[in-house]
Amino acid sequence: AAPVQVQLVVPVAVVFSRGSVPGDLPSPLPFRDAQEMEISVNLRTSVTSRYEMAYRATTAQEEAALAAATAREADAALHPLQDVSMGSLTMYVVPETSSLLPQGTSVYVGKHRSALVRAGGSLAALHTRLRQVTQVMSFTATSIAAALSDRVPDGRLSPDARRSLKSSLGYEITFSLLNPDPKSHTVDWDIEGAVNSYVKPVLDKLSLVANFSVDSQILYYAILGVTPRYDKESSSFLLSAHSLPHVINPVEARLGSSAASLYPVLNFLLYVPERSHSPLYIQDKDGAPVSTNAFHSPRWGGIMVYNVEAPASPQASLPLHVDVDMARVMEVFLAQLRLLFGLSREELPPEFLLESPGNEGLADWELDHLLWAHTVENIATVSTTLTSLAQLLDKIGNIVIKDDVASEVYRAVASVQSAVAKLSMGHLHSAFQASKEAVTSSERAFFDPSLLHLLYFPDDQKFAIYIPLFLPMAVPILLSLAKIVRETRQRKKEPTKMD
Amino acid sequence: PGRAGAGRERRDALREELLLSPLPTGDVAATFQFRTRWDADLQRGAVSHYRLFPKALGRLVAALGVRELHLTLTQGFWRTRFWGQPPLQAPAGAELWVWFQPTVTDVDKAWKELSNILSGIFCASLNFIDSTNTVIPTASFKPLGLANGTDHHLLRYAVLPREVVCTENLTPWKKLLPCGSKAGLAVLLKAERLFHSSYHSQAVHIRPVCRDASCVAVSWELRQTLTVVFDVFSSGQGKKDWSLFKMFSRTLTDACPLASQSKVYVDISPKNKEKELLEVTPPPTSVHEAVVQGDKKTYAVYDLLSPSLFNTSRSLNVQLKWKRPQDSSEMPIPVLHAQRYVGGYGLQTGEICTLIYNTHPYRAFPVILLETVPWYLRLYVHTLTIITKGKENKPSYIHYQPAQDRRRPHLLEMLIQLPANSVTKITIQFERALLKWTEYPPDPNHGFYVGSSVLSALVPSVIAMKDVDVEQSPLFTSLFPSSDGSSYFVRLYTEPLLVNLPTPDFSMPYNVICLTCTVVAVCYGSFYNLLTRTFHVEEPSRGGLAKRLANVIRKLRGVPLL
Repeated sequence: AAPVQVQLVVPVAVVFSRGSVPGDLPSPLPFRDAQEMEISVNLRTSVTSRYEMAYRATTAQEEAALAAATAREADAALHPLQDVSMGSLTMYVVPETSSLLPQGTSVYVGKHRSALVRAGGSLAALHTRLRQVTQVMSFTATSIAAALSDRVPDGRLSPDARRSLKSSLGYEITFSLLNPDPKSHTVDWDIEGAVNSYVKPVLDKLSLVANFSVDSQILYYAILGVTPRYDKESSSFLLSAHSLPHVINPVEARLGSSAASLYPVLNFLLYVPERSHSPLYIQDKDGAPVSTNAFHSPRWGGIMVYNVEAPASPQASLPLHVDVDMARVMEVFLAQLRLLFGLSREELPPEFLLESPGNEGLADWELDHLLWAHTVENIATVSTTLTSLAQLLDKIGNIVIKDDVASEVYRAVASVQSAVAKLSMGHLHSAFQASKEAVTSSERAFFDPSLLHLLYFPDDQKFAIYIPLFLPMAVPILLSLAKIVRETRQRKKEPTKMD
Repeated sequence: PGRAGAGRERRDALREELLLSPLPTGDVAATFQFRTRWDADLQRGAVSHYRLFPKALGRLVAALGVRELHLTLTQGFWRTRFWGQPPLQAPAGAELWVWFQPTVTDVDKAWKELSNILSGIFCASLNFIDSTNTVIPTASFKPLGLANGTDHHLLRYAVLPREVVCTENLTPWKKLLPCGSKAGLAVLLKAERLFHSSYHSQAVHIRPVCRDASCVAVSWELRQTLTVVFDVFSSGQGKKDWSLFKMFSRTLTDACPLASQSKVYVDISPKNKEKELLEVTPPPTSVHEAVVQGDKKTYAVYDLLSPSLFNTSRSLNVQLKWKRPQDSSEMPIPVLHAQRYVGGYGLQTGEICTLIYNTHPYRAFPVILLETVPWYLRLYVHTLTIITKGKENKPSYIHYQPAQDRRRPHLLEMLIQLPANSVTKITIQFERALLKWTEYPPDPNHGFYVGSSVLSALVPSVIAMKDVDVEQSPLFTSLFPSSDGSSYFVRLYTEPLLVNLPTPDFSMPYNVICLTCTVVAVCYGSFYNLLTRTFHVEEPSRGGLAKRLANVIRKLRGVPLL
């Protein structure tokens, strides 16, 4: 892959509240320092992160805000006092004994771009804590490695890292209700209402990252590719974890492609099992039933099985009317959506407390997390695209580059350079915008129809056409060459004969 | 109605219908129609939650500003002269005509994009539609649905006569049906049987229609139709009897559970006033009488949603038996039919002849003829002659758009008055153009297709027609708008033409290269020898093998040795 060198700069403000300043500070407040960290991906790709820390004491206003009763209230009160530009973080250091944070937690991450951190005993302890928080709130080595997963050698990446979606300018989200047995069930779902109340707030927040479109459909007689196993004990049907990979293919044929756009599609399927196969439960690897009765497929979407309660009386007339509980379904789908965007909140030390993002579904710093990863990925993609374009041009000498293709390449290079520059200045938002433009331009140049390599006649075939000329012409030349060789050999022999 | 309305009010409905009509020649035509009607305005863009209407097509209509879309894929040719007026005829190959919304600014771009997307959806080569085969007819194709204006610049029409239709086109078509091919009438759609037939035509029609009688709101209608003609006479040992199982090798077991109507119609109209000539089993649920295309027809109706139908047997296998062999000599000839062929000889010029028959005994009527001819046949408009009953017939309207080489085809539209009981012969001469060698398709000696010409006419009816409620009448009667009781609309397609163009010998360039190269190489070889050889007189020696051989022969012949 093409070389990529990026420096990610995160401006971090560390604000010491009264009574939390450690005794062993290197210089009096306020002062600045920086910490650098190397994230190794492969030999040709180097990502360095640089945390530019600005240490200062609290202002009177901040001190007043920190006097709130709970961490949540303090976070809300502190929000208007912060630097809110994307990518920048503010850490409030509170005394080790502060009652603001609950017992047992030493770090509280708020809804926006700030965190409350207990001072710890010494400066070293505080530094470790600060490093952990800043990484959680911006990017970690694994999140960057996942963004550059194409460049990471096989086997060095955990399977989770390949789960998140590739960066794209837009995504299409399709909710599909699969009803394989319309004779027994008429299923109704209020998808319109559910999308408006659950999905839309999240997507509004994510609209900074990409364009989203949402639609839904109902597919009848769409069946899973696996026949579930009947379990006598629980008198239910079971889908085991190892058969799940085979579930999607037959369904996918019915889902229909997004003919009208080129964006990747995220599929969320709600499957209402046939009457003869219900209730249906999904088992995990250990054989225990999955509580959500759902699973997701990396970079594709998620499937949830929605069991219909058997009618009270067996004589109940068919078809059975089912109204889907959308709150239950959307909870699962939104969790899957977060997973697919690489925003899982699992791998955190126990002393961390994360504020739930509330109705918006996404905290500000999570958005930053996404932007960091996507910016780095975009830069890497542009570099790969332009390199392979250059390789193609090297291979075909007489290829014609039109002016508009050339200008797209120039624009892509300029945008990617500006993205790298903006990253090293800590301007996350403008860096992301520039990287998006770079991707658009580079793709447009790469997929330009005039650069199709089949349009050009390969040189070896040209040679083949002129074989009838070259071959007969070569015969006398070769014969005379053979003659020369024979004669020189004879001339060498002759002197010995003379003697 | 009935089953679908269990929960909250449904805004979409599906009707399915199968029409079986024995044709005069002994073949049987089966026409499937699936109509999905959706009381929502697709154009607003706000609609994105689909139930019965297929999402792929709905998004297409919304994204590209389509007002009306008609796509047909056809294999074979409907022989109007022998089979009678079809419910829905289509030209051989692929035909696509689309009306766009007035809000679409760049119609050509939308048309290009649309044909590419449709080609992906239906696995057809519609992506070959470009400016060289697209025309803008001015009179022949009017919107079939609700339309505010008929500015024909929003219309595009293209035919690909070379397109071969097969199972790969049928599968995506079936996938658009809400029940797929799992339930209802669609279980009969078995590709193996459908393509073992004389004529196969599948179509998708999307149009906006009035939601109710007051016509304040718009509903969108998707009609998927499939017509197939089986030659039961030759496959049934000379008998004209048939059954569903014989034709489709399947029987019907239920209606599609999503359909609000599911019916099978069998045409049992008595011919020549002899009643009781044929017998259908099982007994139909009801009998429907209607005037269809100027003919009084009687249909036996099987309502798959009526519970009594599957009481006696689990499956429905409609059978038809002829009580006595009828004489096929008295075939009813349709009022309007046409024929087309290429005349002339040689590879330079030719002539396209179209014969239009009006067999109505006493009524004359006008017909609009649409001809699209590819640019490589250069039409001479001054040679256009229209002759009826030996006299010249002047068309009352002519629209001619000459072709431009490699850019657009010829378009000729004429309104011709057909006198009663007459044959009209239209001829026009053309010259064949020479193509560049890269412009020839694979297998150029097969010839080049010229798409069918289109005849649109309001044919006067012999029998007065009643105005019927469109929602109640069978689907096959309700695609074309009926103007009044005295005439009915007919659209006919003639045969596609196959024209031979002068075709070069494609191996010639290589032959020339080979020959020239050999000549050059021989010249080079001798010249090279001349330059590099040193000539000197050699003493005659005992010689090599050649000389010894020569001496042996000389000895045998008794000639002095060398």
